[in-house]
Amino acid sequence: MELALGLANYALFMGVFIGIYAILALGLNIQWGYSGLFNAGIAGFFAVGAYTSAILTSPHAAGRIGGFELPTLVGWVGAMAVAGLVAWPIGKVCLRFRSDYLAIASIGIAEIIRLVIKSEDVLTNGAKGINNIPRPFGDLPYVQSQIAYLAIVIVVLAVVYVAVERQYNAPWGRMMRAVRDNEVAATAMGKDIAFRRLQAFIFGAALMGLGGALFAHFSRSITPEAIDPMVATFLVWIMLILGGSGNNRGAILGAAVVWIIWSVSEIATDRLPHEYAVQAKYIRVFLIGLMLQLVLRYRPEGLLPEPLGGARNAPAATAKATPRNGH
Amino acid sequence: MTVIDFLNFHIVPGIVIGSIYALGAVGITLIFGILRYAHLAHGDLATLGAFLALALVQLLGVPPLVVLPFVIVLTAGIAVGIDRVFYDAFRERPKIITVMSSLGIALMIRAVVQVVWGVNTQTYTRGLVRPDDYFGLRLRDREIYTVAAMIGLVVALQLFLNRSKWGKAMRAMSDNPNLALLSGIDNRKVVMLTWIISGGLCAAAGVFLGLNTELKPMMGWSMLLPMFAAAILGGVGRVEGAVLGGLIVGIAEELSVLVLPSEYKAAMAFAILLVMLLVRPTGLLRGKVL
Repeated sequence: MELALGLANYALFMGVFIGIYAILALGLNIQWGYSGLFNAGIAGFFAVGAYTSAILTSPHAAGRIGGFELPTLVGWVGAMAVAGLVAWPIGKVCLRFRSDYLAIASIGIAEIIRLVIKSEDVLTNGAKGINNIPRPFGDLPYVQSQIAYLAIVIVVLAVVYVAVERQYNAPWGRMMRAVRDNEVAATAMGKDIAFRRLQAFIFGAALMGLGGALFAHFSRSITPEAIDPMVATFLVWIMLILGGSGNNRGAILGAAVVWIIWSVSEIATDRLPHEYAVQAKYIRVFLIGLMLQLVLRYRPEGLLPEPLGGARNAPAATAKATPRNGH
Repeated sequence: MTVIDFLNFHIVPGIVIGSIYALGAVGITLIFGILRYAHLAHGDLATLGAFLALALVQLLGVPPLVVLPFVIVLTAGIAVGIDRVFYDAFRERPKIITVMSSLGIALMIRAVVQVVWGVNTQTYTRGLVRPDDYFGLRLRDREIYTVAAMIGLVVALQLFLNRSKWGKAMRAMSDNPNLALLSGIDNRKVVMLTWIISGGLCAAAGVFLGLNTELKPMMGWSMLLPMFAAAILGGVGRVEGAVLGGLIVGIAEELSVLVLPSEYKAAMAFAILLVMLLVRPTGLLRGKVL
């Protein structure tokens, strides 16, 4: 009985995390899957969302701004808005160029966000972090509260999924894929490529901010050490690539598969003697990196390929690469 | 503050760290210019070089500068190996796939370092090194070696690129790959040479960073942004630009403490990167924009 209860608790916990990561993967899908933008700073936007919502909704504490105690929903909307706002200048500067530049700049912005969080005590309470973040239905007994939060995450995920999926075949989504697959042709059709990419980058970043906010309210606290930025960013990438970039259901499936592998392997390695447990943690990171290499090489379309038959590897992609080799 | 203090506390450390950035940035600019993608694992490759040197120093009991040539060769070999095993498969695919792959490689290299050498901070030698006085300028031996080695390696590289047949082939690939391939240049050899040079310089950057500061698994990753800022500041594809860019970024970081809290030193490289992309994406010395 106790074991069953423990497993049920663990499943609830895992469900919430899969939901949060699925939202991050959907955000990345708008950026990479739809628009071909390389964002290597997912953890940065996640952290911005988490801290924004925490500051807006948490009770007053000495030594830092905050204590607004606004409703959770306001916190989440604020998280999306601020994450989008942080994305704006980066996108504005970098999206005129090839995605390599965005990759570097997004690594940079994630570093800066990390520095700000660590050193601006007035804003983030430094290393101690922000505590007492309210959780919706947090007053219920533990299990019921977990169930309630899982339900909320599922509802948010469903809303995000429907919103993003509707765009896939909508004029905006088709235009974005045209920009991604052949920017010369899209420019010739009169599309403002830099502006459209900026839209996609900001939308995606806002969803990552929302994911961060959901995480902060679930944990009831947020500290600079809450997530390992590189590992978190990388997990979202492997989720999307494995699931199938360009396919929203694939993004959610990828989030579930990768998170289950990741957290079950963590349980396995935690049972090792201490001197091996630390090393086993890094071996897991190594294997997840290797997994990306193998998926990229042998199944680049992912588990659920993008509808319309993997246009990415069709001649369109080669046509995209050729003019660039020219100069 | 007197002029000599200003030199001792800001300009000298800036030139030293700038030389280290320059060694890495030269590799980044060559890869960016010839292979045409951003290599995000460059910082962690430097970390690996630094720790390989540590292993040799502990094994043989000699100073790090003695093992430096071996580490350069070893890391160059590892760089060629990584290219053969991983990046080579993506050559016909859009370049951004290789960028993504290199992010994964960065994580894998760091994981190897963390498994083999642990996560604790280490140093090549114990004890404090007192700087010597040169007419008021206070310099440590290791600082002189760092700058001298950077200048020596870059001059050798420039001679190779400008005088030798294969150096000219590399420049041709950078300037116009289609024309270079038509004139019969062997692409595989150029790719291999690019990795040998970039990997070797990367190892030197790692060893000198370890010599002047300390060794930790994140040392290279935190150097990635300044190295890219240096490459773009100097102009992508321009070796002398990468050196100039590295020195400017290094000095700018050391000067930033005069106006900003020292925690934000690392933000300087990011600011330089964004400003250059905004006002002059070709860099100071008119490099490429990909």
